[in-house]
Amino acid sequence: MLLLNKEEALARVAAHHVGGPNETFVLNLGPQHPATHGVLRVKLTMDGEYIRKAECVIGYIHRMHEKMGENRTCAQFLPNTSRLDYLSACQYTHAWTGVVERACKIEVPQRAEYIRVITSELNRIASHLVGWGAWVMDLGGLTPILYAFDDREKILDLMEGICGARLTYCYYRVGGVVNDIDDAFIQGAKAFVPYMRERLKMYKDFVTDNVILRKRLEGIGIIDQDMCLRYGACGPVIRGSGIANDTRKTEPYSAYKDFDFDIPVYNECDSMARYLVRMDEMEQSLRIIEQALAKLPEGPFINPKVPKLLKVPAGTYTYATEAGRGRFLVRMVADGSDKPYRVKLRTPCLSNLSLAEEVCEGMILPDAIAFLGSLDLVIPDIDR
Amino acid sequence: MDPQNGCCQNQPGLKLPPGPASDEIPPEVSSLVRFAVADELIALGRANSLWPLTFGLACCAIEMMATGMARWDISRFGAEVFRPSPRHADLMIVAGTVNKKMAPAIKVLYDQMPEPKWVIAMGNCAISGGPFVYPGQYAVVEGVDKLFPVDVYIPGCPPRPEALIEGILELEEKLTGKRRWPRVETP
Repeated sequence: MLLLNKEEALARVAAHHVGGPNETFVLNLGPQHPATHGVLRVKLTMDGEYIRKAECVIGYIHRMHEKMGENRTCAQFLPNTSRLDYLSACQYTHAWTGVVERACKIEVPQRAEYIRVITSELNRIASHLVGWGAWVMDLGGLTPILYAFDDREKILDLMEGICGARLTYCYYRVGGVVNDIDDAFIQGAKAFVPYMRERLKMYKDFVTDNVILRKRLEGIGIIDQDMCLRYGACGPVIRGSGIANDTRKTEPYSAYKDFDFDIPVYNECDSMARYLVRMDEMEQSLRIIEQALAKLPEGPFINPKVPKLLKVPAGTYTYATEAGRGRFLVRMVADGSDKPYRVKLRTPCLSNLSLAEEVCEGMILPDAIAFLGSLDLVIPDIDR
Repeated sequence: MDPQNGCCQNQPGLKLPPGPASDEIPPEVSSLVRFAVADELIALGRANSLWPLTFGLACCAIEMMATGMARWDISRFGAEVFRPSPRHADLMIVAGTVNKKMAPAIKVLYDQMPEPKWVIAMGNCAISGGPFVYPGQYAVVEGVDKLFPVDVYIPGCPPRPEALIEGILELEEKLTGKRRWPRVETP
């Protein structure tokens, strides 16, 4: 594939005019398109195969999450958070329970914090596997997704054993978790770590080192550091641009400060860098799971003194977690009643998508698909 | 194919033309009888090779993807050929919440699918709006059957892959009048 920078691409666009110097056409990518991973619509103004302008149209799956936060109690809103980014349900419910615990000053037992870390990291691996498999499928590699889902099913089985759900977990509760983890889970998770390490080696050999994949991703979709900061990019997108921003390290929540793990950072700023960040993050998650299982404390798994109906004291509270796609922040304004006055959900996919318009300009269409895959978007997370 | 009876559209079993009993069929009508057998065969073929539209809306789509993957393997039931174009598909699995902005697009997709076509409403959102319905809500279409007819409803938030497979078996039964696999008795 021809690699062009923006100026070269625009010069090429200018040189290829058949029907007049300014002839363009509009192409709708979505809302029903397999490569947009949902119902994102990108309105592309095309000059031949080159993109002049990419306008992202969102709102096709707006589900009133923030409004629903205002008309139900804290406990009633909890299942909503796991349906925002359904692939990172653990981290999202963690942020909501975290903000309520912070507001009501509820202590969380140490065992519950460890269980939260273990399940969150398992969830992160599952989320990256889906994103990875679907992205490689967009690029034409149809086999890896079968392996990715195979590994993911192992995680889902573990999660199902402790909370009953396969995807949209509602496992965390205010003050702890709903069920204690059993021996089957601990043994299963312990066995999963070496299994997954072997699989990651295989993925590196067969997919990451594949020359076709590298040619499709290297040098494509450059997001420089300045652009990351202007748009508030987060998650693997900002870490693929050389900025080590991870909420688990910058604002250690839950029990994350007890563990030794690294934040993978790549300086290339291209799609391949974001790919490598995700692959390395899975390894780091395995490290965290291993450590957490080794020093899992005994004790209660939920604070028994949490009242049934929580009245949140008036004030503004925030809590941020690092989800699979980046920093998820909940800001809750309470007025002293049992329902929040206002809930603001700062979701990673929206800020990661907002830079797409600038990056897509001058790209050719297949590269734009590779680039959109590198953002790993979950559309209900954008629209909320 | 007989235009009146041939398409077996959303109708279980056969529809024989009114007339005398089968042992005294006059020769000019006997061709119709053969068409009826062909109908049964065509229905069997359709039931065993449903081509769903690749169309994920929200969380349920991930479970739909999981159903297509190695563990649940929807291709055991001939329904693995997910087509991105509605012109190639005969089954629409509405997997996720439909909101008012998306509703016209879904209606267009449904209209673009060639007859005969079937719809599975997967998950509570597609059935009734699910958890997103409250007094005064402004965004969600409360059930995809407000837009077009639905053949099979699969409850769950999201439904498990087994539930989606059961929904497909249910649809096959609707097409052929026969159950492919014995129903599992639950205690």
